[in-house]
Amino acid sequence: MFNLLPQAGSLAHEVDNLFIGELIIAGLMLGLVFALLLVYCIKYRSGSGASRANQEEKSWVIEIGWTTATLVAFIALFFWGADLYARLYEAPPNTLDIFVVGKQWMWKVQHPDGQAEIDALHVPVDRDIRVIMASQDVIHSFYIPAFRIKRDVVPGRYESLWFHPTEIGTYALECAEFCGTDHARMTGDVVVMSQPDYEHWLAAQGPGDSLAASGEKLFRSLGCGGCHGQGSNVHAPDLAGLYGKNVALADGGFARADNDFIRDAILLPQKHVPAGYLPAMPSFAGQVDESQILALIAYIKSLDAPRGKTP
Amino acid sequence: MAEPRVVTKELAGPYADLHHQKQTANLGVWAFLSTEVLFFSALLTAYSVYRFLYPQGFAEAGRHTEVLLGSINTGVLLTSSLFMALAVHAIETGARRLMMLFLLITALLGLAFLGIKGIEYSKEIGEGLLPGAFFTYSGPYAHTVEIFFFIYFLATGIHALHLSIGIGALFFLIWRTRRGSFTAEYHAAVEGVGLYWHFVDAVWVFIYPLIYLVGRNT
Amino acid sequence: MSPTRRAPRKNYLTEDFTLRSWFFTTDHKRIALLYFASITMFFFIGGAAAAVIRYVLIHPDGAPVSAEIYNRLFTMHGIVMVWFFLVPAIPTTFGNFLLPMMIGARDVAFPKLNLLSWYLFIIGGGFVLYALFVGGLDTGWTFYAPYSSAYSSGHLITAVTGIFIAGFSSILTGLNFIITIHRLRAPGMGWYNLPLFCWSLYSTSVILIIATPVLAMTLLLLAAERLVHVGIFDPTLGGDPLLFQHLFWFYSHPAVYIMILPGMGVVSEIIPCFSRKEIFGYKFIAWASVSIAVVGFLVWGHHMFVSGMSMYAGLMFSFLSFAVAVPSAIKVFNWTATLHKGSITFDAPMLYALGFIGLFTLGGLTGLFLATLPVDVHVTQTYFIVAHFHYIMVGGMVTAFFAALHFWWPKITGRMYPEMWARFAAVLIFCGFNLTFFPQFILGYEGMPRRYHVYAEQYQMLNVFSSGGAGVLAVAYVLPLLYLGWSLIWGRRAGPNPWQATGLEWQTPSPPPKDNFTRPPKVPKKPYAYVTPGAEHG
Repeated sequence: MFNLLPQAGSLAHEVDNLFIGELIIAGLMLGLVFALLLVYCIKYRSGSGASRANQEEKSWVIEIGWTTATLVAFIALFFWGADLYARLYEAPPNTLDIFVVGKQWMWKVQHPDGQAEIDALHVPVDRDIRVIMASQDVIHSFYIPAFRIKRDVVPGRYESLWFHPTEIGTYALECAEFCGTDHARMTGDVVVMSQPDYEHWLAAQGPGDSLAASGEKLFRSLGCGGCHGQGSNVHAPDLAGLYGKNVALADGGFARADNDFIRDAILLPQKHVPAGYLPAMPSFAGQVDESQILALIAYIKSLDAPRGKTP
Repeated sequence: MAEPRVVTKELAGPYADLHHQKQTANLGVWAFLSTEVLFFSALLTAYSVYRFLYPQGFAEAGRHTEVLLGSINTGVLLTSSLFMALAVHAIETGARRLMMLFLLITALLGLAFLGIKGIEYSKEIGEGLLPGAFFTYSGPYAHTVEIFFFIYFLATGIHALHLSIGIGALFFLIWRTRRGSFTAEYHAAVEGVGLYWHFVDAVWVFIYPLIYLVGRNT
Repeated sequence: MSPTRRAPRKNYLTEDFTLRSWFFTTDHKRIALLYFASITMFFFIGGAAAAVIRYVLIHPDGAPVSAEIYNRLFTMHGIVMVWFFLVPAIPTTFGNFLLPMMIGARDVAFPKLNLLSWYLFIIGGGFVLYALFVGGLDTGWTFYAPYSSAYSSGHLITAVTGIFIAGFSSILTGLNFIITIHRLRAPGMGWYNLPLFCWSLYSTSVILIIATPVLAMTLLLLAAERLVHVGIFDPTLGGDPLLFQHLFWFYSHPAVYIMILPGMGVVSEIIPCFSRKEIFGYKFIAWASVSIAVVGFLVWGHHMFVSGMSMYAGLMFSFLSFAVAVPSAIKVFNWTATLHKGSITFDAPMLYALGFIGLFTLGGLTGLFLATLPVDVHVTQTYFIVAHFHYIMVGGMVTAFFAALHFWWPKITGRMYPEMWARFAAVLIFCGFNLTFFPQFILGYEGMPRRYHVYAEQYQMLNVFSSGGAGVLAVAYVLPLLYLGWSLIWGRRAGPNPWQATGLEWQTPSPPPKDNFTRPPKVPKKPYAYVTPGAEHG
């Protein structure tokens, strides 16, 4: 049965091994219970000649015994799973980042150099790849069974998952959280290609702006430079070198300027007012969609810290 | 005690005697109050989550509550609890008329609370703070203020509903007293309503600082 | 074989025949029957939705039903089955009927409140059925925001109001049972003298009164959000959709223990009786019920492992989810040990009880897979989950319900059911059930998501098996309706104790008189004092 579902991601076989391991342990427990039930039902059926003498009275030892055995088995399984989960959860450094926006009822994929696709995700084999996801509307869930990975795409925040494809081929992408009428049709293809094929594919998508370049265009067209630009009279935070820094907040706390922070700043500016600034930034909710926000973030990320200034 | 006795007029259910009935009713009221604790806790959990996420917005919203009226109301409700306790004490010594008086004062104080709450609500609605179609508050924290006032109206509204039911129960008790239902030996219903009243008071003691005192130290 | 008996002249059924005496009754036994009729109706409504769903899933293209209709079907199936069948079923029928008798009382602690419970249940059910008939809703029974609060078109507020009202019914029932067990036990009936069914009802009732109010507030917030759109759960207005999930699952996970604990209690009554042997590990089983109730409140996050919670939160919920499985395992071992050196007969109640142990153990073990984080990441929101909870709910709870139905049928109706038909139906249910749901484990691991009305071609074969099994199951569930109905008129009359069971309910005629006992019941020194034929002592 496992031949039906390919093991196309680096951790897929470990997940399958864990599953098989649990299958064996659960199978043993089930088998034991079934066997005992069967044996007892036959041997001790009413009217059978088996001896009923010396029925056990004291049960403490037996109770503690099987409770402990169960607990030990379960704790072992927990640790096995926890170890694998820790490796599954944290993306390794230097991933190839691809951006995905889920919306009713399609997946919009954006590669960092601007190539866009819908309901398809082209990736190179044998690379660590991270998918950064946002939802345009409701909760979706990004699921690639062949890689054994899944992550909900929750509106209002960024979620990410990572994988390392090991087999060239085409695999199913499915939405795994009910999101409305055509939830069942929100499926797509994950196309794993060799590195040269992937580069050909990228080049073949036609000229276009990289994500950061389209972000820069948006930055201008939305008038962000009016406050955040060099010649502005408005006291607004300088965005150069901001991405990834710890920002002191007006309420005394700190926040890291990651994707969620910048997205909140654009849509819900009162959420994290930086220290020393008034909550004067207007909200751009309704003026930008998730794809555009990703472009803006890519642009801001590309702004180096100005030389000579302490970041 | 399992013998099916002749059920006397006072026994309202499958109890052995009046003492048994009172014990049972008492435990029932406590169990019911525990469900109410969970009910309000869920709402206060939502409050806590958003206060943690938006401290400044909540502080600003808190400053728009009517802290004077809210504080007066706290005094009113605590005093009403005092009179409720006095009412129970009165019937324990058989002082039926005194109990009726105290119950009436409790109910009137409860009504005063509702009246003051009504004044608060009308002020807040007049300022455009009712969440929904008539919400006119603007400013950078407008969304958060709307969430705050949503929780405020829901929490105080449900509290007021519980209080109203309590007031109704008090008048019911007064009516029953006039018919001679309560004695020093048996007044389980009075104790039960008393427990309920004190609980409604306790809920207010939690709501008050969370709603009125947030943001007031600046 | 007991000789034909005549029914006692006056029993709780023949006491009064007027409609008024039924709809204004405070007799816990009559209220139990009122509930029984109601939940049976809801079971068949939910079952009809399931039948259409399984029919649609025969074809990968989802013909003949549109996506919209399919989504509404699985939503109504979930809502009706969860809140109007699974949660109330055993407590409101067998719990109501038997609890006072088992402890030697005349009725529950608050009989009028008991009747109010039923009316609230009916009113709540009315709202939900109305929502169904005017078009239903399509959010799934889990109502995740912001889809349910801001995007779904459908009668959400009506349905949610119905569930809210039915929730009060649950709370009052739970409250009644807790006080009944605390205050109305007959002299000599200490806690460790109680039948284990009572321990499980007590644990269930604690969950009922603690968890249900949280659901009430959650649904209230959801309905208010849908009306007023402030952003309590709407991220575009600053709200947090995950807050809804946390609040919802804080109730809904303990809710599954509400559903299964009474079933376990039933099995604890039947196994000793049909093994003619004292139950093994009484105290362990009793306290296992309590542990399940307590630890069950700590594991809700395992429904949300992939929602974006931190790795550490995931690890904590995973560990606790493994822990909560231990008391259930203890029960299974104790039931099995009870059979050892017993003298076993295989009447229908016993067949169902044994079926429960098998199916519940299987379903419960698949819970281990779900507690394991990496496996859950792969199989959550797939048919693996669907199979898991149907094994426990249908293979477990519904089987236990049928076990109880057959075990206490003589007590409740004064009639015996036809044994051969009952055994046939039990085996047919077992086979149909496994054929329906086992393939779904495979479908899930292969990557077929749930709530999909169209699916990839490669999943069709297993879906056809599953739908075939559902057909068998449908027939099998109708059979008891037929032969039990038949027995009401032509069944052999039962005496007070046709199973020779221990328990105070068997010390009174079948059907019992209105006040339960014609003479004060003799409280035994210990429960389950069965003597196995052939044992030298005991």
